[in-house]
Amino acid sequence: MAQEKKQAKRRESDKKEETTAPNPEVVEKGKTLKKDMDELLDEIDDVLEENAEEFVKNYVQKGGE
Amino acid sequence: MRARIFGLENEYGLIFFPNGRVYLPMEKILGYIFEGLIPNSWPSNAFLTNGARFYQDTGCHPEYSTPECDNLHDLVTHDKAGERLLEACLPVAERRLKDEGLSGTIYIFKNNTDSMGNTYGCHENYLMRRELDFWRVTEQLIPFFVTRQIYTGAGKVSKVAGKAHFFISQRAQHIHEKTSSSTTSSRSIINTRDEPHADAEKYRRLHIIVGDSNMSEPSTFLKVGTTALVLGLVEEGAGIAGVELEDAVRSIRDISRDLTLKKKMKLEDGRELTAIEIQRLYLDQVARYVARLGDPEADELVAQWASVLDQLEREPMGLGRTVDWIAKYRLMTGYMEKKACTWDDPRIALADLQYHDVDRKRGLYYLLERDRQVDRLTTDDEIERAMSTPPQTTRAKVRGDFIKFAKERNRSYTVDWTYLKLNGYWEETILCMDPFAATNKRVDELISASR
Repeated sequence: MAQEKKQAKRRESDKKEETTAPNPEVVEKGKTLKKDMDELLDEIDDVLEENAEEFVKNYVQKGGE
Repeated sequence: MRARIFGLENEYGLIFFPNGRVYLPMEKILGYIFEGLIPNSWPSNAFLTNGARFYQDTGCHPEYSTPECDNLHDLVTHDKAGERLLEACLPVAERRLKDEGLSGTIYIFKNNTDSMGNTYGCHENYLMRRELDFWRVTEQLIPFFVTRQIYTGAGKVSKVAGKAHFFISQRAQHIHEKTSSSTTSSRSIINTRDEPHADAEKYRRLHIIVGDSNMSEPSTFLKVGTTALVLGLVEEGAGIAGVELEDAVRSIRDISRDLTLKKKMKLEDGRELTAIEIQRLYLDQVARYVARLGDPEADELVAQWASVLDQLEREPMGLGRTVDWIAKYRLMTGYMEKKACTWDDPRIALADLQYHDVDRKRGLYYLLERDRQVDRLTTDDEIERAMSTPPQTTRAKVRGDFIKFAKERNRSYTVDWTYLKLNGYWEETILCMDPFAATNKRVDELISASR
């Protein structure tokens, strides 16, 4: 259930991505850095996997070069 | 700048999280990833039409080696193209698993460490002239490699005595020697592997395994660019003497732990300098050398290097648009403030991994990119083109054109860095020993004859 909700959220943010015209200069001038960061921090929870502890614990690789 | 061939090899972290309890060997997952990339031909033909090489490396990591590049823009673009190729494999591989009744999610991280202290690398390769005294060159380069992490490090949250700390570099804590021939047991700053993939009488390879994998395009640009400049200077015979560190291995770890960038390193001659001051010694000599060349690309690079060092000295956190570790640090400290949590929070450890996720919907670096909070040097169109098109000014073009030709005609082929062969009745092996040569008479004849 939670996973589905998350997928839906992701799809929403995909859509947003498509409709936002990339214009870095306008974006840069329009917002303060602080405000940018605040909005972005809100998005982190949407993107982060849910069971952080479990995920990290399981992320084990064989050593490479 | 002297004409030079360089390339990057990235070993990626790979993991599958199944829905439910199943065990699946990583080899199988990797097999499906490769099927998405090179249908029907893995593992024999891992070279791609863009001239790059994909293969399974030690420890079951997918590894992408960029094609030979002779300029930084191509290199940054092709390094990103490797990420995109792997990203494109994810849904394909997940579908294949689902067909077998195994639903779950595959993650690919462009980083250098796991949660257990294992490491995998980002290797830089620079073609260099054979006649130089390799040992003298490496002695002169080591302090540069020890200190350049201040603008090339990718950042890492790691536990020391049970408590999590932020480190500048992913790789620094895994380095045990100054130089060594081993890449897996006793990792060194400079590796002595010498496969030039070119005329070995003229050239050798400088194989650098100390660096981090970068998500930030300017970080990759600076990492390879400044190294190529310093190498150019040393090749000119200009000595960078008197910078030898008393203990290079200890220094690389100390610098990685010191976010103030103020800690002094002991030199052999008794002086004590910060990482920034050591970088400036290199920059000053390189700037004098470059001033004589009249090369706008080199001038621009020197200017950027100087500006980054100035900024690191004044206000390092101002480099969040350029330097990976700073971008990551700002993101994490902002998040910690908002959530009132500490470095020990599992979400921070997760963020440390997900910063490097190649899936742009999940990756935190790509969250910054979408929000225009990091600087770009390439465009998405350029990266997409580089997924199938080789650099046009090196041997990679010959290889890429040859592979495209063979594929279009459904011919089986054998390819390596220095030769090309169509299998079957026409068995001539075409040697391509010159990495600077973007044309090959035999390949041109072959392609035009069949038109």
